[in-house]
Amino acid sequence: MLCLEDISWIAPDGRTVLNGLNLEIPDGKLTVITGPNGSGKTTLARIIAGIENPTSGRILLDGKDITGMDVTERARYGVSFAFQQPVRFKGITVRSLLETAAGGKQEDRKLCSILGDVGLCSKDYLDREVNATLSGGEIKRVEIATVLARNSRLAVFDEPEAGIDLWSFKSLIGVFKRMHESLNGTLVIISHQERILRIADEIVLLADGAIKAQGESKKMMTQVLSSGSVKAACCREEALFNE
Amino acid sequence: MNEITQNLLKLVSDWKGSFSGAYNIRENGCGIDRKSSKNIKIESKQDKPGLDIRIAPGTKGETVYIPACVTHGGVDDLVYNDFYVGAGADVLIIAGCGVHTENGEPARHNGIHRFFLEEGSRVKYQEKHIGTGGIGIKSIDPVTDIHLGKDSVLEMDTVQIGGVDKTLRETTAVAEEGARLIIRERLLTDGEQTADTIFKVELNGKNSGADIVSRSVARGASRQTYTSDIVGNAPCTGHSECDAIIADTAFVDAAPKLSARDPDAELIHEAAIGKIAGEQILKLRTLGLTEEEAEAKIIEGFLS
Repeated sequence: MLCLEDISWIAPDGRTVLNGLNLEIPDGKLTVITGPNGSGKTTLARIIAGIENPTSGRILLDGKDITGMDVTERARYGVSFAFQQPVRFKGITVRSLLETAAGGKQEDRKLCSILGDVGLCSKDYLDREVNATLSGGEIKRVEIATVLARNSRLAVFDEPEAGIDLWSFKSLIGVFKRMHESLNGTLVIISHQERILRIADEIVLLADGAIKAQGESKKMMTQVLSSGSVKAACCREEALFNE
Repeated sequence: MNEITQNLLKLVSDWKGSFSGAYNIRENGCGIDRKSSKNIKIESKQDKPGLDIRIAPGTKGETVYIPACVTHGGVDDLVYNDFYVGAGADVLIIAGCGVHTENGEPARHNGIHRFFLEEGSRVKYQEKHIGTGGIGIKSIDPVTDIHLGKDSVLEMDTVQIGGVDKTLRETTAVAEEGARLIIRERLLTDGEQTADTIFKVELNGKNSGADIVSRSVARGASRQTYTSDIVGNAPCTGHSECDAIIADTAFVDAAPKLSARDPDAELIHEAAIGKIAGEQILKLRTLGLTEEEAEAKIIEGFLS
């Protein structure tokens, strides 16, 4: 279980972004953290991954205090993080990035299976560079594939829907559904999208740097939709998803 | 052949105790072993140091090795090698150079290579440069002059990733109708090393083209300059790209120049210089690498 105890974070400009936040994220479930812009969602995700250090409070993973661990140590302890805006690398291939994520050389069969899970044809992508020639949808899938390759106990995705088109978004939902079905560890997704909330087991609603509500997805849905912080699925989206 | 030469050969030309195909091995200014093949004749020049390498028309799939090694200080080796590639030939030329010093005296290799490609021929030209040993300035100053006949293609892959203190790399090319020049350069400098690269390409024939991509890493207090000039004298396509990563107090100057002398010349240049992006290091750290491992991985990929 991931426990955040009394977490505060003050931005360099003096703004309090997280304010004494307490949160328990259950094991083996898909938890979606949502909330209005500026509520502290991305900061929370980055604090879990160790990219930002809390001003105060503790982070416990399976009972172990990981607050003092840096990004590398947390990754090695079993925390994975998918960036909202995946970074590109000139010269590093998809194969090389996935092998780095998996911790060493991998058989083609294994890499193909991972790419297949995110809807990419391995033949076309394994030896492509993770550079600017990949589209927004493609780089997002490669980013998710790096997290899948790690097979870690906790995976955090920061707004995976950001910056991609509706068609790519539809297949992304499929990816998360499949991940959820074959779940080995705990999944945390930061999102604004009703479509992503619908596949969650648990929903956490964040407001003003603290937890406003948390509970089972079905019970929380009405509250989060009426909070105005979630982008409801539009008619075009509904039509596409119902095809 | 001494042990240092054998080591350098391994580093620059995939030497495994022997070469298969035509070859000439040069050690400290002298040819020490040579073999021609039925289709590839290697002969010494009569008027100056160097070789004439003649590749018969239609030769396919053969390799020519012409490595040069300098194994101690106090050597200033100058060599002129001319390659005549017959029509329709398709060959691989491997021309590595290694310079080794230990006694504090400088050592230099200056290889002047000219290529004459006849109609429809294709050449893949690999050039790997390395410096080894201890004290003593190690210099490698290659000059490459390329004449591309109608519909010929030369692909040049040039790498210098360590140990060379000073290098001046000059490449000039002239392309006739339908000819193409592809250059991939990778450079790494560290400490007080300097590397100066100059490309000048004249696209004279209709539908000729050039694609020059240079990737370099400058660390320590090293210094690099990159100059390219693509001149489009006909309907043609030209692309020049210089990407450099800088670290520590190193600096890189890039000056890509385009000269369009025909309304249908399509010429593009790109140049990007900067340190490794913090986000790149962060991403690799989330995959379990330390900061140092992440930097090494980024540089290895960039120069691969």
